[in-house]
Amino acid sequence: MMRDITLGQYYPVQSPVHKLDPRTKLFGTLVLIIALFVADNVFCYGAAAVFLFGIIAASKVPVGHILRGLKPVLFLLLFSAAFNLFLTPGEELTHFWIFTITKEGLFRAGLMAVRLIFLVMGTSLLTFTTTPNQLTDGLERSLRFLNVLHVPVHEIAMIMSIALRFIPILVEETDKIMKAQMARGADFETGGLIKKARAMIPLLVPLFISAFRRASDLALAMEARCYHGGEGRTKMKPLKYRTADRLAYLILLAFPTSVVLLRVFL
Amino acid sequence: MGIIKAKNLIYNYIRRDEEEKVEEISEAVKDVSLDIEEGEFVAVLGHNGSGKSTLAKHMNALLLPSEGTIWIGGMDTKNDESLLEVRRLAGMVFQNPDNQIIASVVEEDVGFGPENMGVPTDEIWRRVDECLKAVGMTAYRQSSPDRLSGGQKQRVAIAGVMAMEPRCIVLDEPTAMLDPNGRREVIRTVRELNKKKGITVILITHYMEEVIHADRIYVMDEGEIAMEGTPEEIFSRVDELKALRLDVPQVTELAYGLRNKGVPLSPCILDIEGLVRELIEIRRQRTAP
Amino acid sequence: MITLEQVEYKYNEGTPMETEALHEVSLEIRDGEFIGLIGHTGSGKSTLIQHLNGLVRATGGDILYNGESIYREGFSMKKLRNKVGLVFQYPEHQLFEIDVFTDVCFGPKNQGLSREETEARAKKALSLVGIGESYYKKSPFELSGGEKRRVAIAGVLAMEPEVLILDEPTAGLDPKGRDEILGQLARLHKERRMTVILVSHSMEDVAKYVDRIMVMNHGRLVFDDTPRAVFAHYKELEEMGLAAPQVTYIAHALKEAGFPMNTDVITVEEAEEAILCTLAMGEG
Repeated sequence: MMRDITLGQYYPVQSPVHKLDPRTKLFGTLVLIIALFVADNVFCYGAAAVFLFGIIAASKVPVGHILRGLKPVLFLLLFSAAFNLFLTPGEELTHFWIFTITKEGLFRAGLMAVRLIFLVMGTSLLTFTTTPNQLTDGLERSLRFLNVLHVPVHEIAMIMSIALRFIPILVEETDKIMKAQMARGADFETGGLIKKARAMIPLLVPLFISAFRRASDLALAMEARCYHGGEGRTKMKPLKYRTADRLAYLILLAFPTSVVLLRVFL
Repeated sequence: MGIIKAKNLIYNYIRRDEEEKVEEISEAVKDVSLDIEEGEFVAVLGHNGSGKSTLAKHMNALLLPSEGTIWIGGMDTKNDESLLEVRRLAGMVFQNPDNQIIASVVEEDVGFGPENMGVPTDEIWRRVDECLKAVGMTAYRQSSPDRLSGGQKQRVAIAGVMAMEPRCIVLDEPTAMLDPNGRREVIRTVRELNKKKGITVILITHYMEEVIHADRIYVMDEGEIAMEGTPEEIFSRVDELKALRLDVPQVTELAYGLRNKGVPLSPCILDIEGLVRELIEIRRQRTAP
Repeated sequence: MITLEQVEYKYNEGTPMETEALHEVSLEIRDGEFIGLIGHTGSGKSTLIQHLNGLVRATGGDILYNGESIYREGFSMKKLRNKVGLVFQYPEHQLFEIDVFTDVCFGPKNQGLSREETEARAKKALSLVGIGESYYKKSPFELSGGEKRRVAIAGVLAMEPEVLILDEPTAGLDPKGRDEILGQLARLHKERRMTVILVSHSMEDVAKYVDRIMVMNHGRLVFDDTPRAVFAHYKELEEMGLAAPQVTYIAHALKEAGFPMNTDVITVEEAEEAILCTLAMGEG
């Protein structure tokens, strides 16, 4: 049941995109997000499509696999498309009951849908091609400037990577405790909302206790291995830009420039 | 002075109520003195709650003595400045294999300790390669720890400690949560590190069959050292061990039973070969004309 | 009585990741038996026991409880779970109530029993595992490891199941704690005629208590016989990553070295007797 969470899980293949530095990919994702919000005409979206599908092709992640990642956001997608479709004033095409569909509405709904789809595809491409560890490393490094503002960047990154390590363990544990309580006659399925919520207590209490126990064990184990915060720490796998990354940055800069140009001149 | 030396070590767990008033004091370790030489394989036995884990946590400065002193490599653990050096010198492996692996990739976990110590990148890689090889986990270096068996996870944890190049490793019930195969894997690995690399090993356990190869055994009870000696000496005192909620391997128990029934076996038989040899000899003498 | 007919279980059935956890397992568990279920980690023994109270549904074959298929439409899994009690590994991790007594009441309360009946059962169950009244109002989290374990077992016993299945009930306990729990189980079996299935890694424990051993390997039931008969296959057991009790090895080693003795001994007492017997013959 809960094991089925596969949204955005790393897709292990060898590709030029997989090999890029995580910072490059983070920057690329950021560029895509900004470009998609700036874009407002068909040509801009055309440029975005070329950019996105170009990277997907280079990443060797099957398009079908990426599209499957859209399923959880399908509802949001339909909702925002409908919102734009019915509520945009303009030249009326057709209307029934209280709904009016305008030419502008149709256009906006289409663009909005494409924008959202590209957004989800772009961000999931990031997680498909970057391991959680690389991702946290990349974030830690890219956000290091926040240290000046006393944001504990290293600690946040450490918390993230530990969370990633323990999610599968806790998922399995949930399953086990649930079964153990079912063996004692607990019923997690029937009844109204309140009854169901109450039925969660025998699951949640042991789960929290276990999580706390694990956390304190882990803290001890980290201390025993000389962990004392980010200060003076070295890296086994330090992030290093290579030629491919420099090339990627060029493309990444060329793309938003083209979007801006397309927006200004067309 | 040995690598680990404790003198009159006392540790009290203090329980406080909501207003921070002392509610209960329990002495987990009472007046323990010991001296462990570099290169030794020392086992600490004791039932659950005998104070053996509390003692172990002192060897890594995870706990500091309430009274008395413990020195690791000559350094008093109460000295703040030498804290990291103490922890590097005496690495620690814990009971629960899941709760001590920090990274999501085996090799990165082994590199965690050296990273914390500020070891240069090239040197981290060298150590990770070497330590994974030493525990026989090189083939799994890219794996996620979730895909490993309990015994394999503990071997990764051992490699993670070894990568800090300690002089001594303290294992706090490393096999309690493992199946018999995992238990054997871990004990074999630890023995090899002791033999080949000369690492001092302090193995804390309640499985008697794991300690028959130790150089020396401490048996703890009620926070005190109740018995001390070589495996032969300790295992010949079957009744005392049982009174301390411990057990002996079946071969020792059998030899002990036979001796009590008048079979002239030596008092400290630890393995099957020893028992077989002596019984054959006894029978030969008896059947001899 | 529980009957398994050609039970199969596949994970991720119909996908490329399909893996077979159980393969055509057929067996019968008769009332009042004390059975040891053995196999290394991943052999399918944990999956098997979860079938017995319907927590996992077989992908093939059938399971009968007293002759009735548990997969028949309208069969109440809840009732089955009242009859077949399952104690998971490290059961103390499921404790959640504010005190020991309330926690043990959880099972019987779910069975819909009256308050008096629930409390009476909880008291009985706690006394069966040797937890006295002074513990009733303690938080489960204040107890020692062995005590917590026994409270958790009482939580299942309070449901008064006909069959009690325990997945490695002694894992992580010290020898004395282990003997206490196994002794209590043996007593339950003897005095209350309860069917007990003990999942264990330890052949020494199993040899001492059970009258039948089932061995699982790669999802198949490979041996199902008396301990003596199963341990005679000690070489095959080793190939499966298992082992017979140490005394079995001692007996074989002695015999091979020219010490004539019975090799089918499975406990220390039996071995002692056999050795003394040989030595006495030598004198005579």
